[in-house]
Amino acid sequence: MKKQLTELASITRFVGSTIYHFFSSFEARELIRQCYTVGYRSFFLIGFTAFVAGVVFTKQSRPSLASFGAESWLPSLVSQAVIRSLGPLITGLICAGKLGSNIGAELGSMRVSEQIDAMEVSGTRPFSYLVVTRVLATTLMLPLLVVYADIIALLGSFTMVNMINNSSITLFFNEAIASITYLDVFSSIIKSAFFGLAIGVVACYAGYHSHGGTAGVGKAANTSVVVSMIFIFVIDLVSLQFINLFR
Amino acid sequence: MKNQVDPILTAQKVTRVPMVKIRHLKKSFGDKKVLNDVNLDLYPEENLVIIGRSGTGKSVLIKCLVGLIPHDEGQIQVMGKEVSSLTKDELNELRLQIGFSFQGSALYDSMTVRENLEFPLKRNQGIHDPGKLNELVIEALEDVGLASAADKTPAELSGGMKKRVGIARTLILKPKIMLYDEPTAGLDPITSAEINELINEVRQKHQTSSIIITHDISCARTTGDRVVALVNGKNKVEGTFQELKESKDPDIEAFFNY
Repeated sequence: MKKQLTELASITRFVGSTIYHFFSSFEARELIRQCYTVGYRSFFLIGFTAFVAGVVFTKQSRPSLASFGAESWLPSLVSQAVIRSLGPLITGLICAGKLGSNIGAELGSMRVSEQIDAMEVSGTRPFSYLVVTRVLATTLMLPLLVVYADIIALLGSFTMVNMINNSSITLFFNEAIASITYLDVFSSIIKSAFFGLAIGVVACYAGYHSHGGTAGVGKAANTSVVVSMIFIFVIDLVSLQFINLFR
Repeated sequence: MKNQVDPILTAQKVTRVPMVKIRHLKKSFGDKKVLNDVNLDLYPEENLVIIGRSGTGKSVLIKCLVGLIPHDEGQIQVMGKEVSSLTKDELNELRLQIGFSFQGSALYDSMTVRENLEFPLKRNQGIHDPGKLNELVIEALEDVGLASAADKTPAELSGGMKKRVGIARTLILKPKIMLYDEPTAGLDPITSAEINELINEVRQKHQTSSIIITHDISCARTTGDRVVALVNGKNKVEGTFQELKESKDPDIEAFFNY
């Protein structure tokens, strides 16, 4: 119990330090570099997964809707599912795997090879440089990646619809957008920012506090992915309850 | 030869003001006492070698000195400032006066050698002019005989070259005190001799005071003006290399004659 409480105190201190260093020393150049790493380099994987998800979801939903004669509702169903839930969740989980392991392993290996200590003793404030920039980058880039994933998933869905019915893209997107509210879009963006925050904080904490040589680096990467994913599901559940208050 | 010396009395006899003054330093990790009443002085332009078996707390001692590891009890004064009472900003200011050469070199492996050296200049001294940066980087690399390696990555360097670049990265901030953690560990005898020579050259050229942590006898002999043997977390014996070599203390005798 004492160990868990100490860990909790350490995490709280870490989050507090992140907020403090964000306001006390802002690292613009490194933040831009991290945004590039987090965002641009994730485009292909997120795009590919979102496209496949759009295709599969459409293919599997269509027969059920057709049996009720409600095939024309397909764009609305897909867009609501993608924007409210599938897009943020898929993007969050992929980023937890890709970015979480990357950040956890990178900071972990820097810690065990004394690179972070070297920054510390040369007075270069590694916390602002390494942690704050990464947490900010994941928090800022996740919403952008989610918007991108939503668009690609809808394109995937349209591709499937078009292969079966030879439908018009304008008609498909008009139908899809008509069923979406501002609340759906904003809640999705805010939720994904929290996903990014969770991934950044968890991965940085695990990496920054890793110890025990290469085994410690592996553990940090693993912890980053697993704990980030758990956080994503918890945030998704909590946000669902919260958003329902406004519907 | 001073067996079981009282370093406080010894220090009082010396008129020079020490750069580093450590008194009754204690540090434990859980139940394990790593440092148990260490007393040391480092004088200006002196090379002080600390020898001892692995696990006797040598590296912990210098990490306490720069505030990387907080100590439990005792005083550490660096250039008259008590390390434990400094604020974060004051500690960072003090750290700029101290160069720390890590055992594994600790080069930033995502950066080239040039970027490794530019990093502290950009962040601590706010130098962003490419011409000025290049001049300082090349000067520091020339000091360690590696000007041609500026655009290589750490992965392309040998162990000895990494040590040299690590030393250059600390020298670029013109520190007054150098701390070397096992500078010759893992190196062949010829490269070790070159690093030992470099440590002496650094002292001569930059007038630094240095603490050299080692268990390499030839490193202690070549670089040390004064040698302190750390046994079970205490500075047990102190003197010149020759004095320690002739010591009849069983722990020291075993260390030198193994």
